[in-house]
Amino acid sequence: MENLLEIKNLHATIDGKEILKGINLTVKAGEVHAIMGPNGSGKSTLSNVLVGHPAYTVTEGEVIYKGKDLLALSPEDRSHEGLFLSFQYPVEIAGVSITNFMRAAVNAQRAYLGLEPMNATDFLKLMREKRALVNLDSKLANRSVNEGFSGGEKKRNEIFQMAMLEPTLSILDETDSGLDIDALRIVAEGVNKLKREDASTLVITHYQRLLDYIKPDIVHVLYNGRIVKTAGPELALELEERGYDWIKKDN
Amino acid sequence: MSNEQEYINLFCTNRELIEKPCAAMLNEERGKAFERFEERGFPGIKEENWLHTNVAAQFATDYGMNLGRVTTEAGTRDIFTCDVPNLGTHKAYIVNDSFQAAANNSSLPTGVLFGSLNAIASEQPELLTPYYNKLAANGDSIAQFNTLFVQDGIVLYIPRNIEINETIQIVSLLQSKVEMMSNRRLLVILEEGAKASLLMCDHSSAAHKSLSTQVTEVFVGAGASLDIYELEETSESNCRLTHLFVQQQADSRFNHCNITLTNGFTRNYVNVQLAGKGGDTNITGLAIGDRKQHIDNRTLVEHKTSHCTSNELYKYILDEESVGIFAGKMLIQPCAQQTISQQTNRNLCLTKCAHMYAQPQLEIYADDVKCSHGSTVGQLDENALFYMQQRGIPKEEARHLLMYAFAGEVFENIKIEALRDRLHLLVEKRFRGELNRCKGCSLCK
Amino acid sequence: MGKKSNNIFKKIANKAYEFGFITNIKTDIIESGLNEEVIRLISKKKNEPEWLLEFRLQAYRYWLTQKMPTWPHLNIPPIDYQAISYYADPLKKKEKKNNEIDPELMKTFEKLGIPLEERLALSGTAVDAVMDSVSVKTTFKEELKEKGIIFCSMSEAVQEYPDLVRKYLGSVVNYRDNFFAALNSAVFSDGSFVYIPKGVRCPMELSTYFRINAANTGQFERTLIVADDNSYVSYLEGCTAPMRDENQLHAAIVEIIVCDNAEVKYSTVQNWYPGDAEGKGGVYNFVTKRGDCRGRNSKLSWTQVETGSAITWKYPSCVLRGDNSQGEFYSVALTNNYQQADTGTKMIHLGKNCSSTIISKGISAGHSQNSYRGLVRVSKNADGARNYSQCDSLLLGSKCGAHTFPYMDIHNNSAVIEHEATTSKISEEQLFYCNQRGIGTEEAIGLIVNGYAKEVLNKLPMEFAIEAQKLLSVSLEGAVG
Repeated sequence: MENLLEIKNLHATIDGKEILKGINLTVKAGEVHAIMGPNGSGKSTLSNVLVGHPAYTVTEGEVIYKGKDLLALSPEDRSHEGLFLSFQYPVEIAGVSITNFMRAAVNAQRAYLGLEPMNATDFLKLMREKRALVNLDSKLANRSVNEGFSGGEKKRNEIFQMAMLEPTLSILDETDSGLDIDALRIVAEGVNKLKREDASTLVITHYQRLLDYIKPDIVHVLYNGRIVKTAGPELALELEERGYDWIKKDN
Repeated sequence: MSNEQEYINLFCTNRELIEKPCAAMLNEERGKAFERFEERGFPGIKEENWLHTNVAAQFATDYGMNLGRVTTEAGTRDIFTCDVPNLGTHKAYIVNDSFQAAANNSSLPTGVLFGSLNAIASEQPELLTPYYNKLAANGDSIAQFNTLFVQDGIVLYIPRNIEINETIQIVSLLQSKVEMMSNRRLLVILEEGAKASLLMCDHSSAAHKSLSTQVTEVFVGAGASLDIYELEETSESNCRLTHLFVQQQADSRFNHCNITLTNGFTRNYVNVQLAGKGGDTNITGLAIGDRKQHIDNRTLVEHKTSHCTSNELYKYILDEESVGIFAGKMLIQPCAQQTISQQTNRNLCLTKCAHMYAQPQLEIYADDVKCSHGSTVGQLDENALFYMQQRGIPKEEARHLLMYAFAGEVFENIKIEALRDRLHLLVEKRFRGELNRCKGCSLCK
Repeated sequence: MGKKSNNIFKKIANKAYEFGFITNIKTDIIESGLNEEVIRLISKKKNEPEWLLEFRLQAYRYWLTQKMPTWPHLNIPPIDYQAISYYADPLKKKEKKNNEIDPELMKTFEKLGIPLEERLALSGTAVDAVMDSVSVKTTFKEELKEKGIIFCSMSEAVQEYPDLVRKYLGSVVNYRDNFFAALNSAVFSDGSFVYIPKGVRCPMELSTYFRINAANTGQFERTLIVADDNSYVSYLEGCTAPMRDENQLHAAIVEIIVCDNAEVKYSTVQNWYPGDAEGKGGVYNFVTKRGDCRGRNSKLSWTQVETGSAITWKYPSCVLRGDNSQGEFYSVALTNNYQQADTGTKMIHLGKNCSSTIISKGISAGHSQNSYRGLVRVSKNADGARNYSQCDSLLLGSKCGAHTFPYMDIHNNSAVIEHEATTSKISEEQLFYCNQRGIGTEEAIGLIVNGYAKEVLNKLPMEFAIEAQKLLSVSLEGAVG
């Protein structure tokens, strides 16, 4: 299998403070990786750095994605190349309807790929299909992006957008946080339905419970800005049982 | 010699010429306005109501005034068809300051008057006397200046219980081969239970410096309903000074939306008097400025009686070196119990050189009221911009979407769908810079 | 419900102004009127250096060219500046032996609850008391001196620390600033001077009590506070005046200089005589207060509870000059009967990443007019400016007015400025709820108003907060008709 993502010795800072201290990680096409770790270990920083959040500065290392230098791309081009982040805290955008928002996103991606913009009928049809995947209410689609959404609705909206944009590498940043068990199941089922042979997923989570629904092939433990342990799915269960303290002691 | 003195002299020298073609009513009020203007002169920038807007300087140019009523070149109105797609309207033009009827208008219901102010004031003075200059007489010295020099304009009179469903459109055009000043006047009277919507478009050619004063007096009778949509699309070389005075009777409804899409130097004054119980007023504005544009909106909503509601929303988007001024006052008189009044002002400054001055004011003399105002100055939300970029929307596009969403709230008050769609498109084009160097009318392009 | 509750309001007893007694002591007053001779006389009485006399004369000549401001939302009757005496000294001409103070004067301050004796040690407050125009006694001076803190009357400071005074006097509020600033600069008689040296945290609250006693005198005190690098001080100011039929004029200046990393908290409880229920008498309170946050990371916090004065014209302001400096303004302004207040603040953002907060609570009752007027200016180079303003008004009765006049002048696009204001009347549901629980209407209004003002009262030092709470309730008695 071909390497989709290769992170080599990645260091990153925010406000001058070093958070990532040399991350090494390789994701092959079709794999599901889980990145676990205690609070403050750098999990969200890693996802934000990968999608190019302007608040973070990469000080060392490189990231190769689809054979390209990912860090040289603008945030929107990373998106066009198939990188998708399901945000831990999706932002509310007053006055911009989900329909208009998604039309802009889909057509920007098509333009990047050299395709014509999608006509209105096809676009609305696509919206309907994808909405069904995550049981997103059609009424929500006419509302402003995330405005006044409940926690569960926001996360469902993230997965709906993921369905619309058909990414090659999806990063789910704490997608389970703030969800009750039913909402979690709907979101996870949505993710599973979107699974493709050539697409990979990075699941960032503090707890094991999301991994009951989205089965990882490989589990990494991130601690203090480094990946300190890598193993199969059994590692997640071990962490669930023993907590993170034994990891902290060893490092 | 000071500015005002030049105009006073101009008036004294040419009084006969000015008054000769005009109805007695106009001349009578002209005399009163002369005294008031002579006494006050142009407002200074230290006056509380004129902070940051140096209006006297705008009058320094040696403008031509068409006091002799020379007929404007024919054919102008054919160039500016000014159609909104899918919107049929009754149309009239004010070319510089003269009324010109549009061809091909379908007929209005019997009793409705829509025509030249000077003509109607001559023919039916008894109809207009109770209204003409009754509100503007209390206005500032620029309103007096207008009354002093005005020679024509438009009257819209709608008798009792007549509802006009088709939008009435007034297109003002400033076009001249020299520096030109025009003083125009509108009088809108809705009798009890009448209903209408009015679209007013203001255009000027960019070739020469121009200045227009416009005084609109509006009387909304009991239970009547009126929407006024004003759209300014003038040029950098234009100065627009408008006054809108509105008096509302019991259970009447008034909705005003004032959009400054392109301009030079603009000052709009809106005064709504809620004089009858149960009146409802809604005034909104959107100002989009760039280059060195100057947009000053000043509003005064007076609750003179109880059980009225007022809503106000003004938004500014300022780019480059533009200057925005918003001063809105809600004045609640002692007898205006049970008032509900809300004022919102939101401003986006996009560059370091754009200046915003905001003065949202509450002046309240009654206790059983619910009044609030809010005002903010800020930038586009960085987090929202990044979120959109992550979804693949290029940054510039994301900025436009957010600006457009910011402006969109104002359009919710536009009841005519065709107009709303058109304005949406125009604002979008404006953000993309496609209207930036626009000449003339884009409603129809 | 509306009519009925109005009747309840009327029943509230009209309690007289608590501090309206007159102290029967002999006072050295110079003849009323204002001219250069009078200014020379004041300066001579105070044995001032030549430069200070020049400062006064310059201000006086400027004042002559100025007119009273007309922009406030106030109805100010014409003031005859020649009918006022510009200097009153309660210590008489007699020799001051051992800092002896007239026993009558001591009693005055006892009645006000301000014991000048150092038994205030328990509460840890140092007091400078100013009666009419002259500072009568400063407590705790020695203890403060050990730390290098200077806390004394302005006259004393002029004699003993002339260099410091000369360096800072007028550096924040220029005599040309406004009409009343010019008048004060010409005729100011006394006030407090505070200097906190580098790195010193003032161990106790510093407090000044101002009282106007003599008839037909104006009070023109001048306060100057300098907080040097890394220092901290909390300063309290209280004011009272006796009941008199004529109006008395109070035109003070407070200047504050805040250096690098320094912090100054300035709290005021203003209870000048507000005039009687018919609007007769009362103090005209025309005050210029301004702090200059010159240093990086400096912080200035104004807290005021304004319940007195017939007319108040006052805008304690912060000039945020140093980068990362912070300005705060917390205000409760209560007007009753025929009182008028036009008060607020100015936050002038000049440095980078400065923030300012404005919380203003207006309460109007009777026939009073209460206005908030505030300016937030962000200058061109003040990147990263943040301001939050909240201005609420509460109306008690249908004959009063509550007004809000904020000004926002924004010249920098990185600014985030938010202003919110609401106006409403006291909730009849809340009153009824209190009544049902057995709380009388008068007490209930006091409770509700105190709750409404809590956000501001919480910013006051403990003892002051309790006093302010009582003051709010007392000032509202007989409030609503």
